[in-house]
Amino acid sequence: MGRKILLDKINVPGIKTYDVYRKEGGYASVEKAIKSMTPDAVVEEVKTSGLRGRGGAGFPAGMKWSFIDKKSGKPRHLVCNADESEPGTFKDRYLMEFIPHLLIEGMITSSFALGANLSYIYIRGEYMWIYKILERAIAEAKAAGWLGKNILGSGYDLELYVQIGAGAYICGEETALIESLEGKRGNPRIKPPFPAVSGLWANPTVVNNVETIASVPWIVNNSGADYAAIGIGRSTGTKLISASGHIKNPGVYEIELGLSVYEFMNSDEYLGGMSSDRPLKAFVPGGSSVPILPADLIYKTAAGEDRLMSYESLSDGGFATGSMLGSGGFIVYNDTACIVRNTWNFSRFYHHESCGQCSPCREGTGWLEKTLHRIENGLGREEDIELLWSIQSKIEGNTICPLGDAAAWPVAAAIRHFRDEFEYHIRFPEKVKNRDHFVTEPFSMVKHLVSKETV
Amino acid sequence: MERTQYKQEINITDSLMQRINELISHYPEDKKKSALLPILHEVQDAHDNWLSFGLQDKVAEILKIQPIEVYEVVSFYTMYNQRPIGKYMFEFCQTSPCCLNGVENLMDYTCNKLGVKVGEPTADGLFEVRGVECLGACGYAPMMQLGDFYQEHLNEEKINQLIADCKEGKINLLDK
Repeated sequence: MGRKILLDKINVPGIKTYDVYRKEGGYASVEKAIKSMTPDAVVEEVKTSGLRGRGGAGFPAGMKWSFIDKKSGKPRHLVCNADESEPGTFKDRYLMEFIPHLLIEGMITSSFALGANLSYIYIRGEYMWIYKILERAIAEAKAAGWLGKNILGSGYDLELYVQIGAGAYICGEETALIESLEGKRGNPRIKPPFPAVSGLWANPTVVNNVETIASVPWIVNNSGADYAAIGIGRSTGTKLISASGHIKNPGVYEIELGLSVYEFMNSDEYLGGMSSDRPLKAFVPGGSSVPILPADLIYKTAAGEDRLMSYESLSDGGFATGSMLGSGGFIVYNDTACIVRNTWNFSRFYHHESCGQCSPCREGTGWLEKTLHRIENGLGREEDIELLWSIQSKIEGNTICPLGDAAAWPVAAAIRHFRDEFEYHIRFPEKVKNRDHFVTEPFSMVKHLVSKETV
Repeated sequence: MERTQYKQEINITDSLMQRINELISHYPEDKKKSALLPILHEVQDAHDNWLSFGLQDKVAEILKIQPIEVYEVVSFYTMYNQRPIGKYMFEFCQTSPCCLNGVENLMDYTCNKLGVKVGEPTADGLFEVRGVECLGACGYAPMMQLGDFYQEHLNEEKINQLIADCKEGKINLLDK
């Protein structure tokens, strides 16, 4: 049984409510931090914990906090990124819906550490009912004296509000989120300046993911060192994984980082193996943006080591043979899934969600979508594969924000590992006209048809 | 422009205005514009789920900003509707994990059942089917958004039931 620190109380009846949450020891971290610690001491504990940003980038949270500009004397803000939109990811929603006070508690303790007196949770527009849950939870916390003026008689003031988005993946990028929070279109800003210096209303701002902030109470209640003792190497602590696709038990799981991918996939405690008796074909470990890997690189790295659920092991081998932990959006494909169709689907997503500021992304994502669409629908040309490769390489690294990279990587990985499937689509157009082509005839059965002679 | 043809009656009731003022109070005095997105949601909910130019102008007036500052936001975010839409909007998630669980066939089924194409309301204005991008419910696929709520683990039977419930007015769209 893996250790749980975020979801350990999730099954306590009534944990959604303030009273039960408090009775179960909730808000202890606020008490401890405000009454017995300095803000800098809280930052130090988070640094010691090795906690890394759980939204996808994996940047050390304590270090991010230490960059916040305290010298200018401007008001500081903590903004929680609850704009969860990465395909395959639905963990933050689970946490906010079923244990909302954990996030509120984390926001208060973290705001105290940063010296922020006005903080926001920015939640995606589609999570409207969770927005209401959070608004009610904040009102409860305020009524109980955890928010407002002079919290616990300490002289520390904090106001916390939820802001709702309106359907734009790009607002999960921290500077786009800030723009949106200012009531504008979600166009990412050029960095530097980083939000830690000039963020919300040009004030020093830290933006952290829901799960990152929800981990802070445990770190404060125990210690950074205790947190760092969980996990493996630089992947400390636990991680929420959203699992979907062709598996027996889809859902949200808290795992200790370092668990083997094999155990996570097959143990009954976690995913319970494949949903039907069909073989595993591919997986995406960290949300749609990260490279897809074929079956032979899932349980073992190219070097033959066991593949683990950790930042380092999942990226072992670089993009040639590895992927990324990302946001923990774990999507599993069996042999009926079509990689070309899946890649087209992801490209359509990025094309739709591109904010349009940078030409390589605005135009490139459209080209990717169109080219993939014609290959998938039996209208592809032999040179299309090179065209896709060329387009993705021209988007990557050439945009203001990482959406461009996120659009390029899945295409590159699909071609890198599943090139023969693209060739099959191009050379046997009649066989792919039905969208369920691999359901009736999995690629493994027709793979032998793809050869030099069929060009 | 095509969408200017649609007429909308604007009615900012006292209770709506109260909610708008409450939202404005969440931001510093000189940063009222920050309340734009939440205000647009509230105003849209109170006006048959869409925002005419007239209504957008009204929001600009309330926040003391230029109308263009509202238009550019409404046109950027997909949840703001710039034309009248079906009362019961079935917004199916059509991103990969939902596709792995058959959402494409289910959308076809729903469209056939309602006798519409994607993006076209039924003649009585009651239903509309739309494909949207990832809603963050991949583990509960296939799914759709209906009003403020998610309908998950869908199948043909559940679709039939939902359509029947909508027709009988049993479905609550707003979480108020």
